[in-house]
Amino acid sequence: MSAPTLSDAPTSREPRSERTYPAYSRPLWRRALLTREFAVVALLGVVYLYSFNEVPAFDGPLTLYYLFLDIAPILLIAMPMTMVIITGEIDLSVASVVGLSSVLTGVLHQDAGLSIPVAALVAVLVGGLCGAFNGFLVAYVGLPSLAVTIGTLALYRGIAVGLLGTTAVTGFPDRWTDLAKQRIVEGSSWPMILVPFLLLLLFTTWLLHFSTFGRGVYEIGLNDEAAHFTGVNVELTKFWLFVFAGAVAGFAGVYYTLRYGSARGDNATGLELQVIAAVLLGGVSIFGGRGALHGVVAGAVLIGVISSAMRLENQTVNLINIVIGVLLVLSVTSTSFLAWASGLAAGRRRARSTDRSRTSSG
Amino acid sequence: MKLHNRRASGLAALALAAGMSLTACGGDGDAAPGSDGGDGDVTVTMLPKNLGNPYFDTSTSGAEKAGDELGVTVEEVGPDAASPEAQVPFINTAAQQGVEALVVSANDPTAICDALDEARSAGTSVVTFDSDTDPECRDIYVNQADAGGIAQVQVDLIAEQIGDKGEVAVLSAAANATNQNAWIELMEAEIEENHPDIELVDVVYGDDDDQKSFDQTAALLQQYPDLAGIISPTTVGISAAARYLSTSNAKGRVSLTGLGTPNQMREYVEDGTVEAFALWNPADLGYLATFTAAALANGDIEGEEGDTFEAGRLGEYTVGADGVVLLGDPFVFDGENIGDFDF
Repeated sequence: MSAPTLSDAPTSREPRSERTYPAYSRPLWRRALLTREFAVVALLGVVYLYSFNEVPAFDGPLTLYYLFLDIAPILLIAMPMTMVIITGEIDLSVASVVGLSSVLTGVLHQDAGLSIPVAALVAVLVGGLCGAFNGFLVAYVGLPSLAVTIGTLALYRGIAVGLLGTTAVTGFPDRWTDLAKQRIVEGSSWPMILVPFLLLLLFTTWLLHFSTFGRGVYEIGLNDEAAHFTGVNVELTKFWLFVFAGAVAGFAGVYYTLRYGSARGDNATGLELQVIAAVLLGGVSIFGGRGALHGVVAGAVLIGVISSAMRLENQTVNLINIVIGVLLVLSVTSTSFLAWASGLAAGRRRARSTDRSRTSSG
Repeated sequence: MKLHNRRASGLAALALAAGMSLTACGGDGDAAPGSDGGDGDVTVTMLPKNLGNPYFDTSTSGAEKAGDELGVTVEEVGPDAASPEAQVPFINTAAQQGVEALVVSANDPTAICDALDEARSAGTSVVTFDSDTDPECRDIYVNQADAGGIAQVQVDLIAEQIGDKGEVAVLSAAANATNQNAWIELMEAEIEENHPDIELVDVVYGDDDDQKSFDQTAALLQQYPDLAGIISPTTVGISAAARYLSTSNAKGRVSLTGLGTPNQMREYVEDGTVEAFALWNPADLGYLATFTAAALANGDIEGEEGDTFEAGRLGEYTVGADGVVLLGDPFVFDGENIGDFDF
């Protein structure tokens, strides 16, 4: 508990407390625990424990296995999406890229006779290209990402449906469809897809939280002009983030195809909203500049746990959507609510402290 | 100084979190007692293509009636959009719950196979109804009518209504719907063979979505000004098409037939938009599927060809080749008899 004295020290020496840096004015454990992100982690813990004890069959061995299989595409795409949203941009086209990559995997495997790994590689590259197109329009042409990616949402989905028409490609080799559903250790609840996800999580954590590139990402979100003048290459950063999002969505499309054993143009319709919901629920600010990956992972898992628990209770899908929707609205408004509440508290305290300094000096 | 207000906001964050978790749990807890029942009970889970579809509401009501007669619990679950990957989590959930039987109408013949296999290896009997999967993915398929009979009756109806010549189009459900595609293929063959003056100009897909089917009807009439008839082998499609026709100037000029339910089609039969349409009784279908599922779950039948079982008021049924149980012949509804039906 030496931290409080450390942060208190400058305040006691110089009374002008406005000069301290708020982010470092508190001890480490408070900075880590009393945050939006940790609130989501705590909520996840509460909901998980409740479900584990109260929901019939939730404690079974299949629950986590299916849960991770279901949310894997969301978890994967949420990683680059977090960084995109922290720069203050958004990518709505990811689900269409998933669909396109799914169709490509199917068409290249069935019609062009490519093996699954080669087809998958091409699908991921095309995903990256789709992202590059988004990134070019947003970063270098300077168009708003909302408009650009709504456009490419329709464009990529259109190409996907156009390539395959209304049919579906099925009959992928068992070796690969089994791999998508395989457990890391036979009999455990952890599906194999968590391995690429954890690698991606490590990479993204390093990139966002421990690299200069990541500092630039936050700076762009807070003020891109200031970021530019401090030497951040704003355009290039945004461009690469969209490429990253596209490539990961491409990979998610390959997983989607193999998991369901079916490549269809309408695969993963609406997935982009689930990804964005998970990211925002995880405490990332839609205005940019704020957020952390542990909150996002917790947000995605929380959505998965709530859906899984409510399905086990035989609740309808509409009720599940209502609960997740309410949660999301509460989560987004909590930022403004907390700012308002702490503003009130700060105002009151400032009044009190001026009182106190007057009496002590007098 | 700042320390305190940070703590306040932190606490507020936790309080909010607790509040949220309470809302979430409140939603969870509602159905907990009762829905699970005792261990000796047989639970049958009904998984239609999607919820909020009157056709499946009717089949589920039939399933519930069968459940009451048999003393088994029938639970209906399902996605809000008719897509195969949306059905998979519900199949997984049934496997987790270890329900005795799952009655499912497949949105795709193969995409849900792996999930069904996992449920079956967890001890759940799988019965498909209305729309089948590949035969190796389920125990028994309860077929509403054989595809040949359904295609035949619809072609006969449209041929009769348009005087056996002219352009017709098909307004179908989802592009991958198993049964619709099989019927359309047979209808094409039947038209080619026995109705040389009828030309099938287009097949459009309304995805079993009311608005989309409505819009597709409008588009069809615009694209083919000489269109004489529309066949819609899906209940959502035919009622949306009838709603469009009844208010357009094509009413009476363009004939409409297909598969519909009497309650949905009553007003269009009465106002003359539609002359006659066909269907089986979906309530009977759900009823039979539930009896089949219960017979499987109780071990009365194995799903082998030749197995026989009693299905309440419908009488005795025999499992045919490939594990198919056939409900019966399709039924034609027209202005004369529609008043006798209420489903």
